[in-house]
Amino acid sequence: MEFSHFLQINLASLPYFIPELMLVATLLALIIIDLVMKKPSSSGWLAVVALAGVLITLITVVNQYNLDSRSLFNGMLVLDHFSLFFKVLFLLAASLAILFSMASIELAGRPVGEYFTLLIALVLGMFLMAASTNLIMIYISIELVSISSFVLAAYIKRATRSSEAGLKYAIYGAFSSGLMLYGFSLLYGLTGTLDLYQLANLLSDAVAQNPLVVFLAVLFILAGFGYKIAAVPFHFWAPDVYEGAPTPMTAFFSVGPKAAGFALLIRFFVSGMSQPSLVESTVWQAIGNVNWPQLLAVISAATMTLGNLIALVQNNVKRLLAYSSIAHAGYALMGTVVLTQEGYFATLFYLVAYYLMNMGAFLVVIVFQDLIGSEKIDDYRGLGYRAPLPAVAMGLFLFSLTGLPPTVGFIGKFYLFAALIKAGEQYYWLAVVGVLNSVVSLYYYVKIMKYMFLDRPSEEKATALPVAFGMNIMLIVLMVPILLFGLYWAPLQEFTRNSIQFFTGVF
Amino acid sequence: MIPNILSVIVFLPVVGMLIVLLLPKEKKTAIKMVSAVFTGLQVIIAWQIYVNFDTNTTSMQFVEQVKWIESFNIWYFVGIDGLSVSMVLLTALLSFIAIVASWNIDRAEKAYFALFLLLDAGMMGVFVALDFFLFYIFWEVMLLPMYFLIGIWGGPRREYAAIKFFLYTLLGSVLMLLALLVLYFNVKDPVTGGHTFNMLHMMDQANHAGILKQFNIRLLVYAALFIGFAIKVPIFPFHTWLPDAHVEAPTPISVILAGVLLKMGTYGMLRISFPILPDAMKWEPFLYGFVILAVINIVYGSLCAMAQTDLKKLVAYSSIGHMGVVLLGMAGLTSLGMNGAVLQMFNHGIVSGMLFLLVGVIYDRAHHREISGFGGLASQMPIYTGIASLAFFANLGLPGLNNFISEAFSFLGAFGSEAFNLKVYTIIGTLGIILTAGYMLWTLQRVFFGPLNPKYVNMPEVNTRELITLVPLGILVIVLGVYPNLLLNLMEVSLNNLVQTVLNAPSFLLGMQ
Repeated sequence: MEFSHFLQINLASLPYFIPELMLVATLLALIIIDLVMKKPSSSGWLAVVALAGVLITLITVVNQYNLDSRSLFNGMLVLDHFSLFFKVLFLLAASLAILFSMASIELAGRPVGEYFTLLIALVLGMFLMAASTNLIMIYISIELVSISSFVLAAYIKRATRSSEAGLKYAIYGAFSSGLMLYGFSLLYGLTGTLDLYQLANLLSDAVAQNPLVVFLAVLFILAGFGYKIAAVPFHFWAPDVYEGAPTPMTAFFSVGPKAAGFALLIRFFVSGMSQPSLVESTVWQAIGNVNWPQLLAVISAATMTLGNLIALVQNNVKRLLAYSSIAHAGYALMGTVVLTQEGYFATLFYLVAYYLMNMGAFLVVIVFQDLIGSEKIDDYRGLGYRAPLPAVAMGLFLFSLTGLPPTVGFIGKFYLFAALIKAGEQYYWLAVVGVLNSVVSLYYYVKIMKYMFLDRPSEEKATALPVAFGMNIMLIVLMVPILLFGLYWAPLQEFTRNSIQFFTGVF
Repeated sequence: MIPNILSVIVFLPVVGMLIVLLLPKEKKTAIKMVSAVFTGLQVIIAWQIYVNFDTNTTSMQFVEQVKWIESFNIWYFVGIDGLSVSMVLLTALLSFIAIVASWNIDRAEKAYFALFLLLDAGMMGVFVALDFFLFYIFWEVMLLPMYFLIGIWGGPRREYAAIKFFLYTLLGSVLMLLALLVLYFNVKDPVTGGHTFNMLHMMDQANHAGILKQFNIRLLVYAALFIGFAIKVPIFPFHTWLPDAHVEAPTPISVILAGVLLKMGTYGMLRISFPILPDAMKWEPFLYGFVILAVINIVYGSLCAMAQTDLKKLVAYSSIGHMGVVLLGMAGLTSLGMNGAVLQMFNHGIVSGMLFLLVGVIYDRAHHREISGFGGLASQMPIYTGIASLAFFANLGLPGLNNFISEAFSFLGAFGSEAFNLKVYTIIGTLGIILTAGYMLWTLQRVFFGPLNPKYVNMPEVNTRELITLVPLGILVIVLGVYPNLLLNLMEVSLNNLVQTVLNAPSFLLGMQ
């Protein structure tokens, strides 16, 4: 194709790229405001602009829902309901992260210009991750997310653990993206293409010639994806980063980039490594004999088991939630191993549920951090009596994370198990591992409850704690959907089910 | 009659809970009154159900069916038959009595009563739900309030007991969840041809499809359900949570635990496991395993009870023994045994409720429960001794009191089973009666007779509030002992039908379809 034709396609793609352009505009606006306005007074404005940018982007994303699926920028990106679903999720997570950052005293008095700028850049990166259909694009989008994350994790200057978090994040990130890139290069070497759809067409020949190399390539690529979703054995960075990063960012990291990792993982395997089954329209098959579904199943089981077992012995709530979020990546993975529409639906549904409950749990951590200056589980003693609303909210979030009805967490897990059971007997073992893990997780979630409610506050600490009005509002705003979707989740289900529409790549 | 009577009886406590939550926490009496009024209303509605219940039909009554989640074919589907009606009555009665018994709760009253009412709604829901998903939701909703009720208001080892209870029961229920999903995906809705959670559809073997036609899968599903329910009953060796939970829980919660929660296990078996997977239930290794566990429950529970020095723990182990009788009665698949078993579920609820209340009465006065620490209380507390003797004698199965009939029916039913030869097991099981008589009489003697412990010379007699909780149960003990037909009439038709259904069900083992 000629250059002018390329250009034409690129220009024609721009109208479908408005949300991303909005994010870029927000990003630039933030930089300019930060430069122009005086430091202390500008932080409020920066937050408002960032939030406004995110919300306007949300509107433009929602507007794209009535567009047909299409390929953009010469096959670099796609626009489909699947990517839109994740974009909505990212924006909701980002808006909460901005609100948390403003409400928390952790960042008070610090310059926040770069902070919000990086956050928006991160969101942009996640947008691209959810929409990439080209190996190079995948790599670039992951790097955009990662590099923004490194800086954000280390944002609290002169705090050792924050710096440690940033450094660990960067080292592990570099290592795993190196592995992933190696995997990409192997695939490219075998098939001669970077495009996911062409890869799917050429893969069966490649597998026939070099089954082992393809398997290795998948393994290496999984290192990159596994790093993003913090799956075992690529999870080592997560606890330190989650513990060291500013808590609003921890909340965001545990939801946003993880969801983006899932978006990428599902897209890569659906579009690049499997083909629709000829028997049933809602089922996919792995191309060739590369048994990556079984590999994913093992990773899923290992991730939730390890995450849960280590969480059992944690004494720092932030760190405990970090291990718990590793375990939750394992649960969500259960939906992706079965290669069915139900499975992908379950994973997506679970990510929404997880977004609500995990953001909620971290918000309570922020509230308590501001009130008592500690994240130690011992210091949560008697908080149920001193700050009832956040404690009750924490209870709801934790029970939702455990997966008890009537919360959205239960519905999420229910769909995951349903997808496994429906897929057949070969996945029963994973379902059993999953439910046993839920029981294990109950123990450490309830441990927090025990400290808050079963233990009474010591005499000198029996005073009621003043919880900021804004915090209370945010807590309630997060509690309502958890209960509401726990009792009547049909709307959320419809929204999610409509999102399982992949661009199928017709050239 | 009240329309949607089952929804009303289930959600009335939820309304009560909301009102309690809206009251300021200083208004302690108001909170207690609201709880008493709402559970009292529940008793009145239960009475309405009792009066209007049609005893001549096997079909579900007071049915309400509303679509809940369209795409997963989940329904809000409730209804009761002869099996569930007695449990509904029991739940309503014990909830009210437990609220009255909770009057002396003296810290965080608002949370206590709100949680209690939530628990009440969950229990009631379990007994009326006919959609498996709905059943599961109610089943799980109970765990949460129970954890806090034991964990916050319980005895010295409350934290340990509460988490142990929570973990055990959650383990059971997640296995049930998987079984529920296997059933869902492999039972055809006869109307739409899709999947269904409808228990009545699941009970019709003709609707079973897919891998549910494979006998090994059926055994697997049955086993998963069995563990889920067995933990609740509790059946040996899943019973270890019970002594801890019962002993640490505050008195009213012990009443609910022993009176209602344990029954959910056996109820679940009769409502779900037996009729949905009858061939797995009748599979001989399972059936005889079931019977052996029942006998172990009876003998082991009674022996443990005999060894206890703590009065409350004694009552707790006695529950394990009595639930064993229920299991044995169920296993024989005779209408006599089945009626005896379900009657025993009710009777045990009444008697164990009474026993826990009685333990609570002296614990409140003496602040300990060591059997050896008492003695000669009869001279100080004659009324209390009278009521306690009634409960003790009922518990050991004295003729003329309620437990006698149900235990006799259960044992006779198992002994006379034509489908299986359970005679030897039944004979061993009846040892339990002797053991029970032994430890109950021995305890009676040690606590109430002999020389009075001088510490308790001024032990006050049982008060009015305590009498309000004890007397209705005492009356039922006598009335049902003399005229058990009051309840048997309700359940007979449905239970005979259940027995016939299970007995006549074809086996997938023989390659039937």
